[in-house]
Amino acid sequence: MTNTLADKDRIFTNLYGFQDWGLKAAQQRGDWDDTKSLIARGHDNIIEEVKASGLRGRGGAGFPTGLKWSFMPKESKDGRPSFLVINADESEPGSCKDREIIRHDPHKLIEGALVAGYAMRARAAYIYIRGEYIREAETLQAAIDEAYDAGLIGKNASKSGYDFDVFLHRGAGAYICGEETAMIESLEGKKGQPRLKPPFPAGAGLYGCPTTVNNVESIAVVPTILRRGASWFASFGRENNKGTKLFQISGHVNKPCVVEEALSIPFSELIEKHCGGIIGGKDNLLAVIPGGSSVPLVPAEQIWDAPMDFDGLKDLGSGLGTAGVIVMDKSTDIVRAISRLSYFYKHESCGQCTPCREGTGWMWRMMERLRTGDAAIEEIDMLQQVTKQVEGHTICALGDAAAWPIQGLIRHFRPELERRIEEHNAKFAEAAE
Amino acid sequence: MADRNPAPDTPELRERWGAFEFNESYRAKADKAIARYPEGRQRSAVMPLLDLAQRQVGEETDTQGWLPLPVIEYVADYLDMPVIRVLEVASFYFMYNMVPVGKYHVQVCGTTPCMLRGSDGLFETCKKRGMKKGHVSEDGLWTLTEVECMGNCATAPMVQINDDNYEDLTPERLDEILDELAAGKQPKTGTQIEGKKTSEPEGGPTTLKEMVGGNHDYRGDW
Repeated sequence: MTNTLADKDRIFTNLYGFQDWGLKAAQQRGDWDDTKSLIARGHDNIIEEVKASGLRGRGGAGFPTGLKWSFMPKESKDGRPSFLVINADESEPGSCKDREIIRHDPHKLIEGALVAGYAMRARAAYIYIRGEYIREAETLQAAIDEAYDAGLIGKNASKSGYDFDVFLHRGAGAYICGEETAMIESLEGKKGQPRLKPPFPAGAGLYGCPTTVNNVESIAVVPTILRRGASWFASFGRENNKGTKLFQISGHVNKPCVVEEALSIPFSELIEKHCGGIIGGKDNLLAVIPGGSSVPLVPAEQIWDAPMDFDGLKDLGSGLGTAGVIVMDKSTDIVRAISRLSYFYKHESCGQCTPCREGTGWMWRMMERLRTGDAAIEEIDMLQQVTKQVEGHTICALGDAAAWPIQGLIRHFRPELERRIEEHNAKFAEAAE
Repeated sequence: MADRNPAPDTPELRERWGAFEFNESYRAKADKAIARYPEGRQRSAVMPLLDLAQRQVGEETDTQGWLPLPVIEYVADYLDMPVIRVLEVASFYFMYNMVPVGKYHVQVCGTTPCMLRGSDGLFETCKKRGMKKGHVSEDGLWTLTEVECMGNCATAPMVQINDDNYEDLTPERLDEILDELAAGKQPKTGTQIEGKKTSEPEGGPTTLKEMVGGNHDYRGDW
């Protein structure tokens, strides 16, 4: 099933920034190599190739990228231009891959923006980078300037006859702007509060114009896919889970890192090969959040041999998300770890929908009581119920994302929650005597 | 939601900031930012302009900067927007400081991936030095804020101080960094582990080893 990924098949060769990110060095590594001929393949051929590669969105939801592009209008009947918005608002706890692309391989992203933008007939790309990536934004802006100066983007981009602009927009510290319609609102100079869909962005997005929002990694891999062919990309990973992926491993491993691997690599291989194993050894593993904070945790015994891909983790009741793998060993206060995520969602709720605005705060306060055991056993069920009342009842998925980690905790660690409550109550009974 | 209110609108505030306007260098940057958006959509530039305004306030007060109400009004006027639309943007996004901060804004990430790697110890270090969350220290040097995930999870725990990140921290190393800043020096940014470049595994990368020594072109092996 898994084939070991060779260095020659890694897309982000300067992932760790050992070499210069600048245009000249990037060109030596193969970027911007006859981009004109990629564009000459034509709008629909590029989209078909990306479809055939099996590329699924790398931002978390895993929607097929080529299919998403095909929703864009083929011609503008009313003169409205189309836009590509690139989501570099990487804020999901556990995720830190787009940062490496932006600061070490920015030209892969800019070239991808041109090719993808051309394919979907967009007039310009706006790259929305999170505000906290200050140095990263400086690098990316410098790379964009280099590309303009070299004629690679702008008027007659790369001598293709196509005009295409790339603009950088910095956020200012709001997780919710990673949601595509919130990102569009923010780009328009408003609070980042998600819009109701429909209309979908492909019909009416940025400035009311057709818009596609794609993750940084989804865009940055496109030029390489076109150069090497869809079948090359599709030769990695299992059916329906194709390609290579940047994994980000944090928490209790000996050597946390970001690494590009083939999708469907078993969890154990990822950890043993690149991260120096779990701290204290395999038997010390407690649980793993495999795809960034929004997905439910998976206990040690279920994750160990699991393939790290969209379907494999879905089968475990979790998800690949952004492939931000948060590893927790047995020293972890698991209730506190999840409660801290509840605090995160409370902090980042945009306040628009009542179930999320009120629910995230309520869930966090309840989680804090469960952490110390200051609760009644029935309240575990009440919390479960409330998560179900938040989930699916909000405009965007932040409500769901706040609910799932708690549901995962209750599903797998209910005995631990009950133990804390009983211990706490026993202490009080003792004190009363 | 994060509760954030603007600093009180007092006569002193008006007197200090009522005449605020972009200086030449910031005006050039502001106009460049506005030009990135289509004709008639200059409102899109409200975020970059608030950032620039905060930075200029920072330069004038020798701090990270913040957004007094008269400055927010100035930005509204600059973009021909209602003040309330600018104020709601300023109060919605966490990086705009609604109250004065110190010279160094010590932003310790406390979200789970950093927590697992020991961010508690970093808060302890700050506390020992007399910092208190949400307060400016008496010498005006520090403001401590607990921030949410900063996207440096593979090099956790981390702290962002003004524009720079300090990663792979220990409580002791953070203490040294704060000492260096207090002494007016620029500490080493990025990972604090000796011999480590960025987010590769400690002790050297397990992949792409040719890249360490030279700008290797892998296309020959395709």
